[in-house]
Amino acid sequence: MARIFAYIVHKAGVPDDSAFELAAAARKLDGAASPTAILTGWGADLDAACKTLGASYPEIWKIANEALAYPNAELVRKALVKVLPSGSIVLVPHEHFGIDLAPGLSIKTNSAFVSDVLDIAGVEGADLKVVRQEFGGQVSAHVRCDISSGAVVTIRPGAFKAGEAASGGGLVVDKSNEVGALAAGRRYLETVVAEAGDVDITKYNVLVSIGRGIQEKDNVAIAQELADAMGAAVSCSRPVVDAKWMEKSRQVGSSGKTVKPKVYLACGISGSFQHLAGLKGSPFLIAINKNPKAPIFQVADVGIVDDILEFLPELTNKVREMRSVA
Amino acid sequence: MEILVCARRVPDTSENEIQLNSAGDDIERDELVYSINEADNYAVEEALQIVARVGGNVTVATVGGEDDEEILRREMAMGANHGVMISDEAFSGSDGRGIATILKAFVQKGHYDLILTGIQAEDGGAQVGGMLAALLDYPFASLVNSIEVLEGKKLKVSREIAGGNKEMNEIDLPCVLSIQTGINEPRYVGMKGIRQVASVPIPTFSASDLGLGANAVGEAAAKVKRVDYFVPALGKGAEILRGTREENINKVLELVAAKGGLK
Repeated sequence: MARIFAYIVHKAGVPDDSAFELAAAARKLDGAASPTAILTGWGADLDAACKTLGASYPEIWKIANEALAYPNAELVRKALVKVLPSGSIVLVPHEHFGIDLAPGLSIKTNSAFVSDVLDIAGVEGADLKVVRQEFGGQVSAHVRCDISSGAVVTIRPGAFKAGEAASGGGLVVDKSNEVGALAAGRRYLETVVAEAGDVDITKYNVLVSIGRGIQEKDNVAIAQELADAMGAAVSCSRPVVDAKWMEKSRQVGSSGKTVKPKVYLACGISGSFQHLAGLKGSPFLIAINKNPKAPIFQVADVGIVDDILEFLPELTNKVREMRSVA
Repeated sequence: MEILVCARRVPDTSENEIQLNSAGDDIERDELVYSINEADNYAVEEALQIVARVGGNVTVATVGGEDDEEILRREMAMGANHGVMISDEAFSGSDGRGIATILKAFVQKGHYDLILTGIQAEDGGAQVGGMLAALLDYPFASLVNSIEVLEGKKLKVSREIAGGNKEMNEIDLPCVLSIQTGINEPRYVGMKGIRQVASVPIPTFSASDLGLGANAVGEAAAKVKRVDYFVPALGKGAEILRGTREENINKVLELVAAKGGLK
């Protein structure tokens, strides 16, 4: 099989968790493979990241270039195209940087592209079979990909468990000289940090979290009343923020907040992986959703198939009743 | 500014329980509610808002068939100046690269300053925008959640990155942007608005109109093909409470208390 590369996302000298997950994905792709880490950057941060990767990768290709101090996907793509051998299989994490980089990289390397892969189902000759999800995770699909002229594959964060350092070695190969001057039609300006918001949802033991199932802005009060009665806060999933029913600071997920409550009441939330990525510390997850096929039921501890607009007010009444007796 | 928005009609996951058909090779499509892909609708709204500020035209194009015309009419009712159907039997079975190749050929028939796509379709791979940009050698930004038009054929765009933070970029025109949901509040479209554009002609472009050979697009050119759909064997899954609503409520309160959630 062709040589497998893992594109390493790193920040402040520390490789992202995905760096180790990609190593696991590469080994599932080809048990005999010794995947090569490839990373771009500049200065001491880049060298620190290379050093850490030594535990998981036998070989590390380093591209140091001052223009790559911030990972601008267009510049990174141009650098990779110069360095990657033709026919390579390149694994990239499916997050905000990988989504920016990978589709264009597949065009410029004239290779196949398959995105957001959860699992490798097998490889037969030049035929790679992978598992993806569609329709918000309600169904999965096997997808076949012709890798005879190489492939760019984005891997869903968390889908592959980073294993023990099976085959480290950490030989750093400096490829910087193969790159030359880089310029792009897009220039990074700055990063604007999210506003804090009125309520800090990361501080609560119980979150009443609402999704699209809340249906309209006025119904947010139904969740707020329950949260008030329980001493909890209301958080939400992306569609609620997209619809401007709640502030961005209330959003749980990879593009929102990471929370660690003891109990998480997912109300009318379908359970996309981006949402679940914001739940840490294994909270007790209770899901209420009228769609019995909602993916949230795959990961919840307890599920109730019911309409939250009816269920939540009755639950609130019951909490108030208990409180007034106690 | 001349803006092209590439849009698709998809089964609306918020309105449907997606099930497999009996053969397992597709989802059950008979009863599905279809609509414009949500992120594409945000892209059209963004295009309309840009044109309202700086002038220009919005064209919405889709690669599809007769059934897909309804989303073009819907977006024209929103205010898009033109709808375009890109349709040919030779296009069926195209993978992401095939669709991007078709769109590239269409783009080169016109003069667009800005091309928008939704970040991802319900059954898609967040791929066509980035591929189209690379094929055209235009700059690209994904996950865009704000756009400001600057002097000198440039835009300032923010990208949604981790933790709700925003990455600010300057980008040269012409460019391709893939739009994240939530960037704006798409306007409402009523039946009346759709009726008003019902007889506006929608030009159709075929493979030969676009100079596309069968070996460049469609099933023959596709390196990526879906084999089947399946519902994965789950792990443990949730313990589903099957009592009456009152019983379920009592059980929930008991569990919340036991887990330290009610004090």
